[in-house]
Amino acid sequence: MPDAKNSRLLSGREYVGVDKIDGPLIFIRKTHPVGYRELIECVDKDGHVRLGIVLESSTTAVVAQVFEGTSGLTLPGTRVRFSGEPLTLSVSKEMLGRVFDGLGRPIDGGPAQRSDVEQDVNGMAINPTSRQYPRDFVQTGISAIDGMNTLIRGQKLPIFSGNGLPHNELAAQIARQAKIRGTATEFAVVFAAMGVKHDVAQFFVRSFEESGVLDNVALFLSLADDPSIERLITPRTALTLAEHLAFTEDMHVLVIMTDMTNYCESLREISTIRGEIPSRKGYPGYLYSDLAELYERSGMIKGRKGSITLLPILTMPNDDISHPVPDLTGYITEGQIVFEREMDGRGIYPPVAGLPSLSRLMKDGIGEGMTREDHPHLASQLFAAYSYVKDVRNLASVIGEEELTPLDHNYLEFGKLFEQKFVSQRKDEDRSIEQTLDLGWEVLRTLPVEELHRVTDEEIEKYYGG
Amino acid sequence: MIDRIIGRVKRVNGPVIEVMGITDAEMFELVRVGEANLIGELIKLEKDSAIVQVYEDTTGIAPHDPVYGAGMQLSVELGPGMIGTIYDGIQRPLEAIRAISEIFIQRGISVPSLDRKKKWHFVPTARAGDRLAGGTILGTVQETPNLLHRILVPPTDQGVLESIVPEGDYTVEETIAVLKTDEGKTKDLFLMQRWPIRVQRPTSKRLPLETPLITGQRVIDALFPVAKGGTVSIPGGFGTGKTMTQQAVAKWCDADLIVYIGCGERGNEITDVLMEFPELIDPRTGRSLMERTILIANTSNMPVSAREASIYTGITMAEYFRDQGYHVAIMADSTSRWAEALRELSGRMEEMPAEEGFPAYLPTKIAEFYERAGSMEALCGRNGSVSIIGAVSPPGGDFSEPVTQHTKRFIRCFWALDRHLANARHYPAISWLDSYSEYLSGMTGWWEQEVGPQWFADRTEIMELLHREVRLQQVVKLVGPDALPDTQRFILEVCTLFKNAFLQQNAYDQIDAYSTVQKQAKMMHIIALYWQRGSEALKNGATLMQLKKMKVYQDIIKMKFSVPNDDLSGLDKIEARLERAMDQMEALHA
Ligand SMILES: Nc1ncnc2c1ncn2[C@@H]1O[C@H](COP(=O)(O)OP(=O)(O)OP(=O)(O)O)[C@@H](O)[C@H]1O
Ligand SMILES: [Mg+2]
Repeated sequence: MPDAKNSRLLSGREYVGVDKIDGPLIFIRKTHPVGYRELIECVDKDGHVRLGIVLESSTTAVVAQVFEGTSGLTLPGTRVRFSGEPLTLSVSKEMLGRVFDGLGRPIDGGPAQRSDVEQDVNGMAINPTSRQYPRDFVQTGISAIDGMNTLIRGQKLPIFSGNGLPHNELAAQIARQAKIRGTATEFAVVFAAMGVKHDVAQFFVRSFEESGVLDNVALFLSLADDPSIERLITPRTALTLAEHLAFTEDMHVLVIMTDMTNYCESLREISTIRGEIPSRKGYPGYLYSDLAELYERSGMIKGRKGSITLLPILTMPNDDISHPVPDLTGYITEGQIVFEREMDGRGIYPPVAGLPSLSRLMKDGIGEGMTREDHPHLASQLFAAYSYVKDVRNLASVIGEEELTPLDHNYLEFGKLFEQKFVSQRKDEDRSIEQTLDLGWEVLRTLPVEELHRVTDEEIEKYYGG
Repeated sequence: MIDRIIGRVKRVNGPVIEVMGITDAEMFELVRVGEANLIGELIKLEKDSAIVQVYEDTTGIAPHDPVYGAGMQLSVELGPGMIGTIYDGIQRPLEAIRAISEIFIQRGISVPSLDRKKKWHFVPTARAGDRLAGGTILGTVQETPNLLHRILVPPTDQGVLESIVPEGDYTVEETIAVLKTDEGKTKDLFLMQRWPIRVQRPTSKRLPLETPLITGQRVIDALFPVAKGGTVSIPGGFGTGKTMTQQAVAKWCDADLIVYIGCGERGNEITDVLMEFPELIDPRTGRSLMERTILIANTSNMPVSAREASIYTGITMAEYFRDQGYHVAIMADSTSRWAEALRELSGRMEEMPAEEGFPAYLPTKIAEFYERAGSMEALCGRNGSVSIIGAVSPPGGDFSEPVTQHTKRFIRCFWALDRHLANARHYPAISWLDSYSEYLSGMTGWWEQEVGPQWFADRTEIMELLHREVRLQQVVKLVGPDALPDTQRFILEVCTLFKNAFLQQNAYDQIDAYSTVQKQAKMMHIIALYWQRGSEALKNGATLMQLKKMKVYQDIIKMKFSVPNDDLSGLDKIEARLERAMDQMEALHA
């Protein structure tokens, strides 16, 4: 039996035997100088190859993480090859219409993709001076988004959801309906699944199939029964393809990533095994930077036609928005669509919470020439009124509805209509922005005109009066 | 120039590298690592080993890679050409990097911070034979139409000027003067000088803080003002308005120069500034805002260690302009990302953690940073100031976390952002209950002189109402508003009016984006008047409904949008109308 300590150099950079296995990590001592983040191939005793990368390298030992997990690996029987290169993905437009595993290897039975373009999956930081500020309005046909939390092409806008809430339905509906008005350009979709169940992946496939866009979708699946460690690389492979499509092939790409909470848990797992000092709830202190490395890969670039619009989905543990995963995500993304369980319970779809949801890029993409001139003020007025509704509801729950003033009753009525007519819609309902805005005015009419401080007299005359 | 090998890589762990076989190296020395020439800084020295913090992605760095020493500390270049430029955290010009590596920032690129070819028109003011102390003025360069760049003797040099060039055009590297130092050495002086980022630049003395930094933001100037040379913290959960507030201050405040540090935040926010600032006109000078701005961008996807350095890079540049007699304001967004960078580096160096994994020296570092603010008499005899406005991003929006708490110990002005206000789209979401300014009392003199004595009385009266409102709201929450007498309900009404008409300020509105102090004072006075006369009227039998339905009420609500800064006559009219309406009401109930 080969002694791990006397690892024998095979083909220059191949070693037989590892010194320690701990969770997804392997430790190898006495190697040649190995580069940080170098790609490794780990060959188990059956000859099966697993990929991994170097997390730490020193004169005495190398620590690497194996994406496909270490189960079944033995100390003496494992061979490790160092590639001398970081993990790359071979990218091409032909990858659309295909299904891959989390590392970008086809799992749909089709041929392996061939391309001359090999990209480091970690990507590189976009120079802020090469960015183009995103400002094109994307009509999703969903009033709660288009009207109140407008999506902009090139934006990163996550859905903060909870277990059992219809985030997949909403993401699929957005993918189906998203369009730039007045153009024929379509979105290509890159879909990354991390730790979700098969039926979730199936749901998306079916939904893409039904709308006949499957040829325009690339799926990267690292599902619940795949090794959890693979999830760490899945969003990176997906984004690497997205970057190629957007910035080399001039395509508009919509990237859907679900469920980011699973991704973060895998990161925590590695961090714990490495004995790193945790910050909140056991998550590593670099969770923010790690997520930012992913999310900042979205956007638009000066002089390039394409764009990456990012729609990550995450489930808030215990519906707690202050949990590190949604919290740090909110600090990075350009707003968030927040789901409210209570609204879902009342049968409102999509259950988009009115107040905590926000689109930060909305301001430059709405108004005259983009959506309609009354949009900014109308949205602001709806927010203001709806926020007062929340106060009135709280008050009513203490003193009883009968005790409320007539004006407060108007507000309650407004709140009801806002949720049931404006926010609520069918899962296949595709509203134009005009329909959305008109609906907004319609529900505003439950309030007396003196209450409308945020819209102009002209807007009142044109839209409220009618 | 860099070829002295000071050691070899022993271990790589992210941006932290252990170096072995150190022969000669100095603490905080600038180094290059590996064949990729990655920039780093030596941050720990112990016998023959050292720790280097690398400012670029270390992928591919392997044990035994060489580490080269630059023979100088990590420094910034100071001289003409910084204004209007965007730098990364270690002062590399990002536009120049883009010219080399296009979309993405490649590693190992080395570009000088100041353009070496550009010639500047230098006008000498010192003369050969003059005895010059460190920090005194050699001459000037008109860098922008509004900023006269004063070329200084480096603070550490002094002596007799042997020669100085005549007026003319020079690059930053051409010798413009020769100084004979007291030790008898001669020293060439240039338009440019270097200064290590971790060392505060010396000044003659600290001055008291008595002049406000006017920001044009009403809730700030009127309620929680900051002094020129002061320190402010803006804590707030995600999306509560830290960046918007800092951008608004950067746009409209009356500083001579802005250093805007995007530390670990979004790329698009920097793009936003780059797109918007050149277009915006500084109301005081009539020139583009970019002509008074220096940008430092180390976005969240750029290397963590450079995030740590970016704060010092920024403040050193600010100090340099202060030393020329200018008022500089720094926006640091966000200092939490800087503190987290410290935490990450500390963790990788396996130091003992204190609270929430932060190193025990976190409070010292925060204190050192804010100590570099102040109003100073510079070595050249002029007065200048550095004000620091630092955002804090507390996890979960919880202000009891270490960075918020420690920062609070070292700042004197606190603009607390409130999640509830932000959710209700009450912007800026600066809480009037949790915020404070310790500069207020020092500055009442200034206000009285600029806008008259009424301001302070009005402010006091309204702040008192806002505090009474809190107690009344508690009652309302239990029993409903009807249980309160009209006089008390009127307080609620006036507070609502004040919040809508005064405190809320729309950063996107042409007119409302900023208010002059005169406009602020008049607006506040009108609302105070509505309160005073309204309470009188109530006593005399008027009803709450009558007061609310007054026509002028709508004018008051909309005055922030309807009355432009350069013509306040509209406010006088509203005030007159208010007085008349109240007179009529009085007559009715007399
Ligand atoms: N004064 C304002 N006027 C109008 N809108 C505002 C104002 N302040 C904040 N907002 C709104 O709030 C959003 C979030 O603000 P901002 O980006 O400043 O938050 P932040 O505190 O910096 O968040 P983060 O910590 O995530 O960076 C803005 O995109 C804008 O829509
Ligand atoms: Mg921000």
